[in-house]
Amino acid sequence: MSAPVKLLSVHNLSVDFDISSEGDMPWTKPRKLHAVVDVSFDLEAGETLGIVGESGCGKSTLARGISRMLPASAGRSVWMGEDLLTMGKAEIRGHRKEIQFIFQDPLASLNPRMTIGQIIAEPLKTHFPRTSKTELRSRVREMMEKVGLLPNLVNRYPHEFSGGQCQRIGIARALITKPKLVICDEPVSALDVSIQAQVINLLMDLQEEMGLALIFIAHDLAVVKHISTRIMVLYLGNIVELADAEKLYETPRHPYTQALISAVPIPDPKIERNKEIILIEGDLPSPINPPSGCVFRTRCARVKDICAVEKPPLKLVADGHQVACHFHD
Amino acid sequence: MALLDVKNLSVKFDTNDGEVTAVQNFTFSIDKGETLAIVGESGSGKSQSVYAIMGLLAKNGHATGSALFEGREILNLGTKEMNKIRANDISMIFQDAMTSLNPYLRVSTQMAEVLMQHKGVSKSEAIRQSIDMLDAVKIPEAKARIRMYPHEFSGGMRQRVMIAMALLCYPKLLIADEPTTALDVTVQAQIMQLLRDIQKEFGTAIILITHDLGVVAGSCDETLVMYGGQVMEEGDTEHLFETPTHPYTMGLLKAIPRLDQAGERLDTIRGNPPNMMNMPVGCPFTARCDFATEQCRDEKPPLIGSPHHRRACHRTVEELA
Repeated sequence: MSAPVKLLSVHNLSVDFDISSEGDMPWTKPRKLHAVVDVSFDLEAGETLGIVGESGCGKSTLARGISRMLPASAGRSVWMGEDLLTMGKAEIRGHRKEIQFIFQDPLASLNPRMTIGQIIAEPLKTHFPRTSKTELRSRVREMMEKVGLLPNLVNRYPHEFSGGQCQRIGIARALITKPKLVICDEPVSALDVSIQAQVINLLMDLQEEMGLALIFIAHDLAVVKHISTRIMVLYLGNIVELADAEKLYETPRHPYTQALISAVPIPDPKIERNKEIILIEGDLPSPINPPSGCVFRTRCARVKDICAVEKPPLKLVADGHQVACHFHD
Repeated sequence: MALLDVKNLSVKFDTNDGEVTAVQNFTFSIDKGETLAIVGESGSGKSQSVYAIMGLLAKNGHATGSALFEGREILNLGTKEMNKIRANDISMIFQDAMTSLNPYLRVSTQMAEVLMQHKGVSKSEAIRQSIDMLDAVKIPEAKARIRMYPHEFSGGMRQRVMIAMALLCYPKLLIADEPTTALDVTVQAQIMQLLRDIQKEFGTAIILITHDLGVVAGSCDETLVMYGGQVMEEGDTEHLFETPTHPYTMGLLKAIPRLDQAGERLDTIRGNPPNMMNMPVGCPFTARCDFATEQCRDEKPPLIGSPHHRRACHRTVEELA
């Protein structure tokens, strides 16, 4: 293979939400909720980047910010040399077919009034309006076969399918435009274990076959580690650690990552009962009023004075391993 | 004598499309201070079986069989009688604490109500005991926080409030229905630790219903695996995880990606779970099983074995190797 191509390059991306509180006058300036703060990373073609973190840490907002499904308040998201965040509406529409989404709730993300044939064909009709009917039909059939659905089910409605099958429909819809990047937002969280394994294998097979890059968002660290080449750990909208999947698991350097990894239960009683769990005290602080300095300092065991004053920058500590902590391992 | 002894419990629902059998011939027992895990995927009947024991089935559901609590039949007991057992002897916590607590009432009111109802103590005494219990589940500043409403607590704290409320009358058995499923892993670790501590302190027996085999591995003595409303395998947790002897348990354990193992291709269980409206006559797992024979399709395998390990499979352990 030639040198890896940078598919996506995100620079200092921030996403804020306006929050108005009770009793505000119409002219009161809304407060800001900083959902994603100063996030930078690169994604190469064919690579899988996993994003983990607890609920409310900004995983989904980041994914939406990158693809401009939500307006970013600062930063750049450079897609094959062009900044998605500043280009015109018509231009970004041209790129939408290259970046597709798969969502968590398989049934809720499918229109109940459309047949699955219509659902899967829709992106193709939108982005390539001149596709002939016969071509549409054959592409839909081909895609259905690829994701393991019988093509004779094409005229059925979503409610006639199980959760796992609905997720396959969602995958078929995402892949029919032959995208280069698929953003999977908790794609297997709603599925049972036996079905989850089928969908993960399917995604990995299709990735290899079609040369896709994936951004894989999940809260289940074991699933993310299984599928990802690199993993980004988010806490309160900030990257705290970014490293190769194996390295992150073997030598986590940020205290939050260490706690997160130790908390993941392992389905083996001998290991699970003898392992040491690093319990994090307290609750996640509010993103409306985040702690000064390091965002993790309120729950960190290593906290010192400097942590409240100075925000630790995300720095390279080993080959491809970035950490944001003043006192990392 | 076992604390709770359930025999041949079946749960059926009358629906517009006919009768649906959610649980069939469910038999298990739990001793004092023991932890039993009931694992299974959605629709396997794990929740409905305990709802039946607690008398919480929906109106169109009915249970048959027997459930002896300390030797006394409690299945299908009248509401009045059942209410004496609830909270006093058996309590339950649910998956979603936000929808289980009353959003309009302060935590103090909701907790005091339990004690006033069941123990007949005064309100001030009830609140005093409630504060102690909130302390026991490690809610900081319990005295002030008891005055708050449920929405003012975080998810993990809300689950702690529910656990505290369930423990107010020091029940002998606590049934936890997916208590950590809605929580983040770090919070899950806190709650599971809390349940273990409480068990040590109060000697409560716990039935933990979950789909997460990792959680089971960490804290349960016995594990019972359900599929399609029936028990597939039951045994000592350590033994069951090390040498599963039912094709479904084997498949389930192989299908989970593990954090401590390198990512190879996952083994899958092919196909989809059975349709409860149209359950197969034989073993419910037949259609997805690699070892299935004619016999499996036509005949239900009995759940047999020693007291510490039972399995429901026509094929012998040697045949599955």
